[in-house]
Amino acid sequence: MTREMTGAKMVVQALKDQGVDTVFGYPGGAVLPIYDEIFLQNDIRHILVRHEQGAIHAAEGYARSTGKPGVALVTSGPGATNAVTGLTDALLDSIPLVVLTGQVPTFMIGSDAFQEADTVGITRPCTKHNWLVKDTDSLAETMHEAFHVATSGRPGPVLIDIPKDVQFASGEYTSPKPSTSHYQPVLKGDLEEITELVAAMETAKKPVFYTGGGVINSGPAASQLLRELVDATGIPITSTLMGLGAYPASGENWLGMLGMHGLYEANLAMHDCDLMINIGARFDDRITGRIDAFSPNSKKAHIDIDPSSINKVIRVDIPIVGDVAHVLEDILKIWKSRGRKTDAANVKQWQNQIAEWRKINCLAYANSEKSIKPQYALQRLEELTKKHDRYITTEVGQHQMWAAQYLGFEDPNRWMTSGGLGTMGYGFPASIGVQMAHPDALVINVAGEASWLMNMQEMGTAAQYRLPVKQFILNNERLGMVRQWQELLHGERYSHSWSEALPDFVKLAEAFGAKGILCSDPADLDDAIMEMINYDGPVIFDCLVEKHENCFPMIPSGKAHNEMLLGEAETQGVIDSKGSVLV
Amino acid sequence: MSALHIKKGATRHSAYNLRPTFSDVQERHTIAVLVENEPGVLARVIGLFSGRGYNIESLTVAEVDHTGHLSRITIVTTGTPQVIEQIKAQLGRIVTVHDVHDLTVEGPSVERELAIIKVVGEGDKRVEALRLADIFRANVVDSTLNSFIFEITGAPDKIDAFADLMRPLGLVEIARTGVAALLRGD
Repeated sequence: MTREMTGAKMVVQALKDQGVDTVFGYPGGAVLPIYDEIFLQNDIRHILVRHEQGAIHAAEGYARSTGKPGVALVTSGPGATNAVTGLTDALLDSIPLVVLTGQVPTFMIGSDAFQEADTVGITRPCTKHNWLVKDTDSLAETMHEAFHVATSGRPGPVLIDIPKDVQFASGEYTSPKPSTSHYQPVLKGDLEEITELVAAMETAKKPVFYTGGGVINSGPAASQLLRELVDATGIPITSTLMGLGAYPASGENWLGMLGMHGLYEANLAMHDCDLMINIGARFDDRITGRIDAFSPNSKKAHIDIDPSSINKVIRVDIPIVGDVAHVLEDILKIWKSRGRKTDAANVKQWQNQIAEWRKINCLAYANSEKSIKPQYALQRLEELTKKHDRYITTEVGQHQMWAAQYLGFEDPNRWMTSGGLGTMGYGFPASIGVQMAHPDALVINVAGEASWLMNMQEMGTAAQYRLPVKQFILNNERLGMVRQWQELLHGERYSHSWSEALPDFVKLAEAFGAKGILCSDPADLDDAIMEMINYDGPVIFDCLVEKHENCFPMIPSGKAHNEMLLGEAETQGVIDSKGSVLV
Repeated sequence: MSALHIKKGATRHSAYNLRPTFSDVQERHTIAVLVENEPGVLARVIGLFSGRGYNIESLTVAEVDHTGHLSRITIVTTGTPQVIEQIKAQLGRIVTVHDVHDLTVEGPSVERELAIIKVVGEGDKRVEALRLADIFRANVVDSTLNSFIFEITGAPDKIDAFADLMRPLGLVEIARTGVAALLRGD
């Protein structure tokens, strides 16, 4: 069906036809016609953020907590350049976004017009794909194709740059239809490779599942199938930061997160296993540590929808290109049809070995009655919120790692954190996006005070839309992770890693009409957290924690999985000069 | 046009299964990439190479299918087998890329390049340049009383050889198209 309408109206119509209910954005000269159309309708809610970076992270939070693509709308020039960090963040974490930018009219492109930037040029390396739409007749089709590209295959952010004259002009609107473009990623894995993997699972003595964000991205069915496979085979499972929640933290075979600040038992299982089954993870450098010492004696299988992930970092023996849910379904089918075999005796012994490692209790820390230890704060937060319909976002740094270690995730799409790019300032706007998608849920942003300040302007958004997001700030008046690295690597010279001139967070909250809570005594912590949970509105929780706490366990740069540090006593001179050049 | 038998994203015949990877040997590969002929597509390919630190030794691009709106990019690159596999996989990820062909692996292939070379000289040198051009089957496409422009077509090393011979005879300028390549047979 085709209908004549203006480009601006097409944009809104296409969003409706794609099932979009929420758009995060900020108006400006080059998107005024679209904002006019938004004004004239009620189907799509527009959330006015306070900075374009906030719009993108909010859309990411929306996308990650719903599995649907997030949508953001910003103006040309500075609007578009402010979106770049968020786009890069979404690209590295494979988050589906559709970002619409205004552009100067086509006849002014290239003239250094007011608020002109080469948006498609600037965002080409930080989007999965982008388009500059030069005539209104192709706008509707481009919009529909953008949703197809953002959500199929390995998801990612896409951007459509729409010049203002294209928004004003009229053209033919076409309704969405199944994409006929050549971009149709393969979903089914190769059955020969899958059978080879099943055969390896049947005979493995020390197998381990290593799962990642790909399981979450594949959808709820993938998590269900993963749980079925893990529980049926008894194979222990660990996950990257991105994949937490795909398998429940309370599950019998759960090892905890792996990687640089992962759990002892998870990293040792990765190092000592004889079969590693990577499902939707990408052998990131935070995971592998030293490449040539990475899991030296294992056969490795890798399931990934993106062929370029395979053999990029670690050479694998069984590559399977496909969608996680599709591949897991085939694995289960083939494994069952071959008689549900495992080397039960040896796997049991392997589980016993893991239980021995677990006894080390790598997350143990020296608690204090005088000051709040950040680990203790998160343990209490976990205890007091785990029965709620809870979503957690984080900023980036020590608090992020502690949150991953001490909070338990039972379901996918409940944990939103900037993994690949490590974007400080992600968590607060992301919590706004999550709360918009789940108005009745308890949404908590676990933050550090330094990260949180990076996008604190979004307090305006939270206040305007009365979003009851809880900002749980572990305030150590330091850039904690930077400080930790300076202590371990740079001779305790704490160059610019403290937060001076911090605001009074309680007064700051009150200035925005929100609630502020200050807590510095461990004895008051439970009551304070309950006060935060029970308050119907946005809260800034200023939790003053121990200032010099380090995050352990830690695999130092340039070291292998079995060379991890468990606590303060082991940290002297452990990182050599070769390791110190690594990030 | 359907010369690439490897379907994008397919597993069984995927390029990464073809050869052992992770060796340190630097290899030279000619890769043909079939792309949608739309604005920015060349920037995507070049940006991929610069952004990920891959080498480009030569690159040619032109529309090859007007109705299908397709261009063919031929890239000569060097790298370890692992890097070459990554280059192909990363090229395959670009949304507007239809096909990626490693002619060096799928070969044998025919590689041709065209160069035009200006040689300035008088007397014996001028005669000698003309004689060598004849041996190399280079054509004279322009001439003045003290200069020639030769046109030569062939494999890149043949052009290198001809240019090396012309240098002492008065080579002043050279323009090369870069490699165009096709697989042999059907």
